[in-house]
Order: sequence, then C-alpha cells, then structure tokens
Amino acid sequence: MTMLAGIYSLLSASLFVSMDAVDVAFTEASVGAGISTLLMLTTLAITGRSEHPVRHKPLLAFVVVFFTGALLIYATLDMPSYGDVNSAANLHVVQRYINDSFMEIGVDNIVTSVLASYRGFDTFGEVVVIFTAGIGVLALLSFARRPINDSEIDSINDSMHEEYLIVRIVSKILIPFILLFALYVQFHGDFGPGGGFQAGVIFAAAVILYAMLFGMSVARRVINQSFVQLFAAVGVLIYGGVGIVSMLNGGNFLDYDVLSDDPLAGQHLGILLIELGVGIAVAMVVIIIFFNFAERIGLNRARNEQ
Amino acid sequence: MTTVLGLYNYWIVVVLMMIGLYIVIANCNLVKKIIGLNIFQTSVFIFYISLGKVDGGTAPILVDGVELYSNPLTHVLILTAIVVSLATTALGLAIVVRIKEAYGSVEEEKIQIEDNKEC
Repeated sequence: MTMLAGIYSLLSASLFVSMDAVDVAFTEASVGAGISTLLMLTTLAITGRSEHPVRHKPLLAFVVVFFTGALLIYATLDMPSYGDVNSAANLHVVQRYINDSFMEIGVDNIVTSVLASYRGFDTFGEVVVIFTAGIGVLALLSFARRPINDSEIDSINDSMHEEYLIVRIVSKILIPFILLFALYVQFHGDFGPGGGFQAGVIFAAAVILYAMLFGMSVARRVINQSFVQLFAAVGVLIYGGVGIVSMLNGGNFLDYDVLSDDPLAGQHLGILLIELGVGIAVAMVVIIIFFNFAERIGLNRARNEQ
Repeated sequence: MTTVLGLYNYWIVVVLMMIGLYIVIANCNLVKKIIGLNIFQTSVFIFYISLGKVDGGTAPILVDGVELYSNPLTHVLILTAIVVSLATTALGLAIVVRIKEAYGSVEEEKIQIEDNKEC
C-alpha cells in the first residue's frame, strides 16, 4: 500500500513534467516519492502491518462520495477547458510576471522569481509552517522521552549487516555526489528548475541514507541533534533577517531592491540568501523528522525485546 | 462536444479527490487515512497545475525565441504546498505513532473501545 503510494507520487511527478511544471515535478519526486514514502514505512514498522478488516458503513461512505463527485463534475462544466490561454487563471498578474520579471528581477526561472521575490511573504509563511511542523514532531516524539532513554538509543545497533556489502559500498560512494547535487540544485535555481525547497530535501536524503547505512547510533554521533535543531531555526532566521535588513535599508520587508546599489544585483543577492535560508530550514527539519521517527522504532523494538 | 472533452483534466482530479475522500471516511486504519489524505492533496496539486497549463506553452524558464509560457504562479503555489504537505504528513504520522503507543492499536474501533472503558 505504501509502496503503491510512492509509485503514485512518482507517476504524478511525471504528469507534472508533461504539464510544463518542471519545478513542481522535481519537488514531488523528491518529497512525495522519497521522503513521504520513507516516513510511511517507518510508521508502519512501528504500528505493525496487520489491518483490522472492519470498515465503517462502506455503502454510506460510497453514496456520500458519489454525490459529492457528481456535484463537482457538474461544477466543472463552467470551468475553462484544458490548456486555454485566455482562462482567468492565466491572465492578469501572470502576464506581468512573464513579461516584466526578467527586467525587474533578472532571473531566468520565472518560478524562482515569483517564489522568492514577488511572493516572498508567502514563502516566508511556508517556511515558518515547516519549521513549526518540525517543532511539533519533536514535541510529540522526542520530549516525551526521558533522559534515561538516551543510553538505550546508544545501545541500538541497527546498521546494515555485513552481507549487504554492495549496498554499503555503492551508497558510500554515492553520498558525496548526492550532497554535491543538492548544492547544485540550491544555487542553480535561478537558471533552471531547482531552489531551496528541493535542495533541502535532497540534502536531507543524503543524511538519511547515511543513517540507514550505518545505524542510528553512529549517525547520532556524527550528526549532532542539537546542532540540527539550532540550524533549523537559523534557516528561518536568515530568511527573516533578509527582510529586516531590507527594511533597515529603507525599503519594505523583503524588498531586495535596496540590498545593493543596483536593484538587479540586490534582487540576486536577496534571492540567493533567502533560498539558502529555505534550504537550510527544510533540510534540517526533514532530518529532525526522520531521526525522531527512526529512534522511536529502535526504542519500541528494544522495549519489546526486554 | 470539444468543450466537454476539454474538461477531462478536472474529471481526473474529481475522481482522485473522491478516492481520497472515500479512503478517509471508510477506512478504520489511521495510516491508511493519512495515505487517503495524501491522495486528496495530490488531486488538488494536479488541479492547480492543469489550470496553469497553456496549449503550446513551455516550462516557465525564460529562453530566447519562446513567447508562450505556462502559468508560473500556480507552479509556485503548488511547489510550496508540496513541501508543506510533507510537513503535515510527518506531523500526522507522529500523532499516529503516539496513538499506537498509548492505545496499542491504530484501528479506530479499538481506540473507541479503549476510550469507552476509561469512562
């Protein structure tokens, strides 16, 4: 079921490519097919695989769903047809983004310029939401743990066995390249698909791969958890800090024009910095989430054995 | 007839959305409920992206000699929404894990039985 969800995610990513949304496809492939599936699997490892077959009145649910669907389909009759240039969503402000963004922002990728500059407020909000979710997972899975348990975690050794020699060696070679690719995606977001969100997830994926290969106890020693938690906050702070600096320079919050003498250079600098903030925050939050889930598995397993 | 057939993208979205809704309503297993929510979310993503698709347009990265681009605004909205959906999924799964530890089950009916016992 979970694997199916992962495959479904990958399929929808390729669907996005066919609809010209390369940035979105990139994100969906790394987030939906990668990290979400992983989290589902770790949760399943905790909750167990067996399922109770009883359902709540499936017929009633089906009737409700059927009627809602029928009403929605009826509503689509008023919608513009697929690929219509003149539909309401494709007029107005969008034309301005397409025609003027290069002159105003100087970035080839319109998605990046809209994300980081025109809608900078919105993106700031999203980063804060992600950060809050990281805190929430910490509060739910980590704070309830007593300090005594730390020694329990250290004793867990779930690293890959020696017999998976090929997996170990190949992954070990791959990890630096994944990290390098994350940096490329991070700083190439101005010119092609990519940016802070995707780079953060890819970076976190490399760290997760490391943790899966060498076991949680080794990974905990290499990647200091309080450091990760600190940097999740630092990422959000960088983003907010850029906004404050532009206010101090006499502009509005997140108005990058005033960061430099030349507005275009200012925009470049601002976008670079906030993408960096986004990347750090996303990477650290994903690492926090994974580590807390994985430690839960280890703790539950250790308790069951006792 | 061409106008009706031109709406097929919305129908796919509606079907996916209803599959997600059905899973959320009819399944007792909390993990499956979250998967259902994910399918629901993806249908919204596809809705936005298909709304921004322009016939003959290319990806919204400026290239010389290309005049027609797809809508970058919907892409931006969905890009951030995907990452937020990861965060919300993680939070939901964390709650499921805690429920499992507290009640020993992730089936709604067993949780209800446990709850009734305590009253």
